Amino acid sequence: MTTAQNPMTRMLFLIATLFAAGLAQAVEYAAKLAIRDHKFEPAELTVPAGQKIKLLVENRDATPEEFESNELNREKIVVGNGSIIVYLGPLDAGRYPFFGDFHQETAQGVLIAK
Amino acid sequence: MLGTGLLVFREVLEAALIVSIVCAATRGVPARGRWVGSGIGFGVLGAIVVAFFASAIAAAVSGIGQELFNASVLLAAVVMIAWHAIWMASHGKELAMQMKAVGGAVQAGRRPLSALLIVVAIAVLREGSEVVLFLYGQAASGAGAIDIGGGIALGIVGGVAVGFALYFGLLGIPMRYFFTATNWLMLLLAAGLASQAARFLIQADILPALGNRVWDSSPILSDHSLIGQALHTLIGYDARPAGMQLLFYAVTAVAIAFGMKLWGGAAQPVRATLSVPAAQSR
Repeated sequence: MTTAQNPMTRMLFLIATLFAAGLAQAVEYAAKLAIRDHKFEPAELTVPAGQKIKLLVENRDATPEEFESNELNREKIVVGNGSIIVYLGPLDAGRYPFFGDFHQETAQGVLIAK
Repeated sequence: MLGTGLLVFREVLEAALIVSIVCAATRGVPARGRWVGSGIGFGVLGAIVVAFFASAIAAAVSGIGQELFNASVLLAAVVMIAWHAIWMASHGKELAMQMKAVGGAVQAGRRPLSALLIVVAIAVLREGSEVVLFLYGQAASGAGAIDIGGGIALGIVGGVAVGFALYFGLLGIPMRYFFTATNWLMLLLAAGLASQAARFLIQADILPALGNRVWDSSPILSDHSLIGQALHTLIGYDARPAGMQLLFYAVTAVAIAFGMKLWGGAAQPVRATLSVPAAQSR
């Protein structure tokens, strides 16, 4: 029942709705990936679609890696024996390949949102 | 060696493109080589320091230190470019007149070259720290010195060559449009950097995405192709931008354009009427 008549009020209402929508998705799905011998474990990770994801990436190698994905629009360095958290989504159902930028020959994986 | 060279090339390319635009924008300024050179030097030093403290940065602020660091330096670069672009818009005419009258760069020294030094240093620092970490990893996992050295050489030569190509291409712009063109290029560069900053803030969950993927133009031009990556650096092209990135892009571009118009436009008509009444027809 909004009585917003002028465009300014409507604009503010729209912005407030967008931010509220962002906050409403605060329930996150926790997912986990490991890097070992410059490979991702698991190489295929299934996550729920339509939900924000908190992805933990643990690097069990002694050398640094960069978790990167063009499809997910993410890139973050994870130092040797370190871990990072990357927030994703909410994602549409589909396949989202990712890779380790420093070892692209072996470090390839795919996130599957269902 | 090729793999190493390719990664080094991609990082060097991004920094080299930014340095090229800065070099074009400072065309004719005496001692600009020293300013740009110092920027590159500080950037390389900074890259080594940042790479050395990568663990500490990553762990800071409960795991989002890396994003905050990247977003901060990117936004610092945006402010520096905005400052320079607005300064140029307001002093460019005066500068050109003085250079004609006195035949020298009397005023040129007052240009905020320190702002551009910081932009260059930040560009080199960001890309360089990734290269340092990557090479450290290569060395630690037993890659040979020839492999690493050759890769670095290939990557740097390739990246710098593309940078020079862009620079000399820009020099082909006719002189009367030249500084207007470089100023607009700087504006787009700043908008693109602001969009990248927004992406890091979304990744850290500090800002809402406002739509994860407003469009997907990757089938036409992928982020990972050479042209896609060059345009990503130069004008902030993103094949799958989030809404918040577009907002940052637009706000930055409009703010700088408005600043250029406000300070640039306000100063000129007064001077024009003082000197040549007919100058309004410019």
